[in-house]
Amino acid sequence: MSTAAITTMVVGMLAIWGGLTISVLLTMRRSRRGAPPRDRRR
Amino acid sequence: MSHHASRAGESSVTDAREQWGTRLGFLLAAVGSAVGLGNIWRFPYVAWENGGGAFFVPYLFALFTAGIPLLVLEYSLGHRFRGSAPLSLRRLHRRAEWIGWWQVTVCFVIASYYAVVIAWAAAYAWFSLDTRWGGDTEAFFFDEYLAVTEAGTFGGFRPGVLIPLLLVWLVTLMVLVGGVRRGIERANRVLIPLLVGMFLVIVLRAVTLEGAAIGLEALFRPDWASIGDASVWIAAYGQVFFSLSIGFAIMITYASYLPRHGDLTGNAFIAGFSNASFELLAGIGVFAAIGFLATSSQVGVDEVARDGIGLAFVVFPEIISLLPGPSGLYGFLFFGSLVLAGISSLISVTQTYVAALQDKFLLSRRTAAILAGGGTAAVSLVYATGGGINTLDVVDRFINGFGVAAVALVEVVVVAWLVRELQALRGHANAVSDLWLGRWWSIALAGVTPVVLGWMTIDNLRTESTAPYAGYALDFLAVAGWGVALSAFVVGLLLAWAPWPPQVSLARTPAAVAPVPRPPAHRPVRRGDDGRTR
Repeated sequence: MSTAAITTMVVGMLAIWGGLTISVLLTMRRSRRGAPPRDRRR
Repeated sequence: MSHHASRAGESSVTDAREQWGTRLGFLLAAVGSAVGLGNIWRFPYVAWENGGGAFFVPYLFALFTAGIPLLVLEYSLGHRFRGSAPLSLRRLHRRAEWIGWWQVTVCFVIASYYAVVIAWAAAYAWFSLDTRWGGDTEAFFFDEYLAVTEAGTFGGFRPGVLIPLLLVWLVTLMVLVGGVRRGIERANRVLIPLLVGMFLVIVLRAVTLEGAAIGLEALFRPDWASIGDASVWIAAYGQVFFSLSIGFAIMITYASYLPRHGDLTGNAFIAGFSNASFELLAGIGVFAAIGFLATSSQVGVDEVARDGIGLAFVVFPEIISLLPGPSGLYGFLFFGSLVLAGISSLISVTQTYVAALQDKFLLSRRTAAILAGGGTAAVSLVYATGGGINTLDVVDRFINGFGVAAVALVEVVVVAWLVRELQALRGHANAVSDLWLGRWWSIALAGVTPVVLGWMTIDNLRTESTAPYAGYALDFLAVAGWGVALSAFVVGLLLAWAPWPPQVSLARTPAAVAPVPRPPAHRPVRRGDDGRTR
């Protein structure tokens, strides 16, 4: 495979699979602004 | 008096609305709906044809400016108004209900032929075990398995399609009768992990085949000049849009079963990226396998790359036959993956009108599921005949172009520009979500999405009116194409015309969206005088 193809493959993987990982981590952190503690537990 | 009677009835109806057991259950169902046949047989080809690695740029842009915003919009509509698509849109505005029914009738049409493709895949999973297709996979599929007759004819039932089709509907009906938690959620808890596991085995095998690098090179080699081409951007929006199951009632329906604190935005990001992740995985697996076929046949990738039915039922059987080692097993895993991806999507499509019938005609889940599922199964028999594939091809083309895309355009324009509810829905999403939704969301939905969907609809109109699709006869296109797409619209209007029973509240804030008590698990357990746990 050419360097250009390998680079776009790796960047694409990082963007999409990284996006999924970040979405999961962010929502797991319950980072909702101003949420009362009771709501954060849910 | 009638007011009080209505309130009491409303309470009994709305309080009984089903709910997902867990957030993971909802997410798996939403991902199961989005991940379908299109992820496996459409994305790889669209990406390859539209700039290869450079396609990631318009694709990700489309995901952020249309895919995820539309997901949040539909989650918000379903969650805020706690109903099927027609009921949620009726509660949004009294003149918006017909959009929900149009979406539901589009779903009915799609379910009727989608089940047939799953039936083909199920049959092929069986055929894989002894690679029954022989040397000429194209002749086997069209002449032997389907024994295709002329477009517009029936040509008798094909038992090889009919039997798996009945099994597909049996499984789907059993899941739907089971309900949201015990049927749909439980099924997706099995289907999705199994699908991902099976598909991973296929991808790992594909990337270790001789010639895989040639296929991956073709898929990922970037053609940066293509980014300046408008058609590439439309292809990216089209892929994101059709792949995510947005714009036709599914996500509204599924979100209506979320608990009060549903984290709509977080769920939309997770579902959107999960779908994209699976597409990327499919792209790698499919093109690695295509590279293997090209190398084995000593031809270029462009000579063997195909999409849709041709990829799954002509190219893949050829690849499977050439595989070293237990080829039948890999064939079974590939077609089994198609079945699993298809069934989880079919369940979600059918659930839209099961829920709509439950809401509007106060049917029990069992009655609604048997009526709706049984009715669709009966219609789907049309596609289990010799002429079925031609009818399927035309219906699919027109219902996507003038059903799915058109109704999504209408939905977005009505919500954003006519009833102007985007701001309120954003407020709702932010009130119940862990992730904050900024103004970009409103801009994407009010500006970008209508422009792209409008362009797609006009382009579809222009294409279909210029030349007959795939050379089919005009009268056949008039009935199976325009006729079916128009009927979905007209039947949708008629269903919206029927009055709602007085027990169903049509108020913007029905009792169902009032704060709900915390689940019993959070309350102290107390024993009553009768000794039973309350």
